[in-house]
Amino acid sequence: MIKFRLDPGSGVATYLQLVHQVKHALRLGELMPGDQLPTIKEVVGDLAINPNTVAKAYRELEREGLVAGRPGQGTFVQLSLRGGSTADHARFRRDLAQWVRACRAAGLGQGDMEALFASVLADSSQQEIA
Amino acid sequence: MKAARAQEMSGRDPGEPHSPAALEAVRLTKRYRGTWALRDCTLSVPAGRVVALVGPNGAGKSTLLHLVAGLIAPTRGGIRIFGEPVGQRAAALARVAFLAQDKPLYGGFTVAETLRFGRHLNPGWDDALARQRLAELDIPLNRKVGKLSGGQRAQLALTLAVAKRPDLLVMDEPLANLDPVARHDVMRSLMAAVAETGMTVVMSSHVVSDLTDACDWLVVLNGGHVQISGEVDELLAAHRMLTGPAELADGIAARIPVIGDSRSGRQAVLLARTGPGTPSHDPRWRVSGVSLEELVLAYLRHPDATVLPRPALTAT
Repeated sequence: MIKFRLDPGSGVATYLQLVHQVKHALRLGELMPGDQLPTIKEVVGDLAINPNTVAKAYRELEREGLVAGRPGQGTFVQLSLRGGSTADHARFRRDLAQWVRACRAAGLGQGDMEALFASVLADSSQQEIA
Repeated sequence: MKAARAQEMSGRDPGEPHSPAALEAVRLTKRYRGTWALRDCTLSVPAGRVVALVGPNGAGKSTLLHLVAGLIAPTRGGIRIFGEPVGQRAAALARVAFLAQDKPLYGGFTVAETLRFGRHLNPGWDDALARQRLAELDIPLNRKVGKLSGGQRAQLALTLAVAKRPDLLVMDEPLANLDPVARHDVMRSLMAAVAETGMTVVMSSHVVSDLTDACDWLVVLNGGHVQISGEVDELLAAHRMLTGPAELADGIAARIPVIGDSRSGRQAVLLARTGPGTPSHDPRWRVSGVSLEELVLAYLRHPDATVLPRPALTAT
């Protein structure tokens, strides 16, 4: 079960913070299809926030097809945001770690690598569109 | 309980257009001898909301709350709760619970005796709910009320109000005199009670930051007038903080309503109501969101500015 936390200084609306945290957990595999989200009462009893805020976040996740409410039971994860199989993830992670080591050896810093990765990602999606 | 669970599943959807407003005041006025405590207050709050009533001392917050609870009668104007006029009718009053600022409890009673007292006075009393809440809060039933901590007394008073199973819970400064931990704990258990029952809550405070994440409707009273009444998300979305060159500030103020204006040397920081004239693409202006606290302060310092959407159509 996921536990929410709030960043009051972030300037991001509270319901969006909840949405982002669920999506993040879905991407990392911390939440899998069939897992239950905490009930609205549990979330507000923990964070002291308005129940409508949690309901709004859950509605948004429901609208995107990521979770579904089951009457009398709660809200459950429908979809994983994680593409590919677990084995694929392990392999790509290894490849990427190797790439990071090679970059470091060549004197690239974290910012250089992030920029490079973002740029290659952008190029690749451009090519897919074209 | 069943209804509460159904709400939980379907997602609470407050403000259904056909259900009557939880609270509706039309030209509500209260005068004490020579002074106007409230003057021509008109406002409407949909059911299921948690309302923050804020304003400086003497703005009329307590007067408004006492009128809502039916404890005093207005000099002029009317007030309805779920469509029913507030008066001396017991049926309407049974739907409202009022938690006064000084949280009157009998220090010589034990917690259990206090519950028994509540059960005798309130026909809709939910004793199981009261006991469950107190157990969750680790408040012993055999303890004398006078021996409880300030936070525990606040929780007991809130428990009494919630166990009445009101449709509208009215609280006057519920967090005053509590330390930060107790404030958070009271708010957490209040929000859990709201999630469970779907009741509407109106609470006053002069500390806006205490209410920021808990309330979804804001009412600002200033000098006996309603200055703002609206949904918190909508209010925040409709205002921006603009930072830019001071010599351009007057030009902005001529195009859109500027509520807060602070200038230092060449720089101006404006809190503005967004509209067609907002310089979102002008690189000389940095545009950022506003916090609820910034918004409230700017309006309180600028008593002529108001945000009062959709005046009520039901005149009495």
